[in-house]
Amino acid sequence: MLALAFFAAVATLVPLGVGSDLALLARIAGGVLWVAAVLASLLALDRLFQADFEDGSLDAIALSPLSLETIALAKIAAHWLTTGLPLTALSPLLALLFGLPAKATAALFVSLLIGTPSVSAVGAVGASLTLSIRRGGLILPLIVLPLVSPAVIFGAGAVLGALDGLGNGALALLAAFSFAACVLSPFASAAALRLNLGS
Amino acid sequence: MIRYANPARFMDLSGAILPWLAAAAAALLAAGLYLGLFVAPGDYQQGDTVRIMFVHVPAAWTAMMAYALMAAASLVGLVWRHPLADVAAKTAAPLGALFTALGLVTGSLWGRPMWGAWWVWDGRLTSFLLLLFLYLGYIALWNAFEEETRAARAAAILALVGAVNLPVIEFSVQWWTTLHQGESIVRKGGPLISAVFLWPLFAMALGYTLLFFSLWMLRMRTEILDRRARSLMLAGET
Amino acid sequence: MSAFWAMGGYAAYVWPAYGVSLLSLAGASWLAWRGYRRARARLAALEGSKPR
Repeated sequence: MLALAFFAAVATLVPLGVGSDLALLARIAGGVLWVAAVLASLLALDRLFQADFEDGSLDAIALSPLSLETIALAKIAAHWLTTGLPLTALSPLLALLFGLPAKATAALFVSLLIGTPSVSAVGAVGASLTLSIRRGGLILPLIVLPLVSPAVIFGAGAVLGALDGLGNGALALLAAFSFAACVLSPFASAAALRLNLGS
Repeated sequence: MIRYANPARFMDLSGAILPWLAAAAAALLAAGLYLGLFVAPGDYQQGDTVRIMFVHVPAAWTAMMAYALMAAASLVGLVWRHPLADVAAKTAAPLGALFTALGLVTGSLWGRPMWGAWWVWDGRLTSFLLLLFLYLGYIALWNAFEEETRAARAAAILALVGAVNLPVIEFSVQWWTTLHQGESIVRKGGPLISAVFLWPLFAMALGYTLLFFSLWMLRMRTEILDRRARSLMLAGET
Repeated sequence: MSAFWAMGGYAAYVWPAYGVSLLSLAGASWLAWRGYRRARARLAALEGSKPR
């Protein structure tokens, strides 16, 4: 639950750093909490495939009828269930700290719910690419962060849109991005796993 | 054993073409500089800062073209395992990163007099910043693997994932800039119908492109020679 | 002539933009050329010392 603790820590520290002006906090809440969610998700990523890689389970799976794509999808789901989903559940409470009104809080919740799977999906690609590198954990954020930027943009945009009374086009775009990421990531991750397993 | 799919032919061809390519690039750049600095007038709206466009836009175009070429080479390398494709992708990246950085710096210098700030979260600049990170991640990935073929495959996957994601990133950034339509949007370059601006722009753009191809070709030749040297050293050790 | 250098008051922006562009491209060209010459020399040395 390091991710949850990290998420909560950021949400608590930012107001301390920025000041208690609730109007200001409400405007930055979407962005801050989304960035915090992404960074919290990064924490567990480099270990996504590590254990199975090191003890040989991945090799065994590669030889079995079970496809690496399925394993990648399973890992993405597991990562989301242990990181993205708990973060989403905690978010309404943290939204309180930022003085977010109800509609914006709902937008934040929904955006995290549909957006964090894409963070897990994109993260899995990065984790599988850097699997066999020593200190691959350093490159992982560099690879993943630009690729998840649409999720942050649309997710925070959804909150801002709810605050300003604009439509929810952002959520639709976020859903499309998330869906595409979850569909495509298993293939890219499996390809990356294969090259790291092969000799 | 590393199989060279006819690098000898590439070396012969590139050796013949390269001097002409470089000469053409130099000529176009000289012409573009002359037209841009001496012939083109100041813009009625932006004054002489419009001349920055002649070094900013070509850098940006070249940076994006370089990524497209890198992604295409990565695809060829992944699907057909052509080793020259891996060399092509690997050598294009630092050049692409350089042109991206140039686009950022010149864009910033253009933005300061225009919008009053050294950095503005303009759609173009923001997309470019993310493109630069994509390039840096790609280069870092190449350098992180000890085995050359493994590095090539990993980098190729990253390049392709990035290529798919790049239009999405650009779209999301464009969408994001329209979300905060508080300030008036000054369209970069203003009304540029006048040919007196287009000629230097195209000359510089073509010059930058040919310069990119020259440097790319030169770096590919260097990489091929390096690989030959490495395999000779390995053979000597056995 | 000084009007040219002044660039309508924007000299502080235009000239650094051109300067950084030309310097970087020249630098990149020089580095690429130097790398090529070194690789060629290294390979020639290896091929020369190889017993045939």
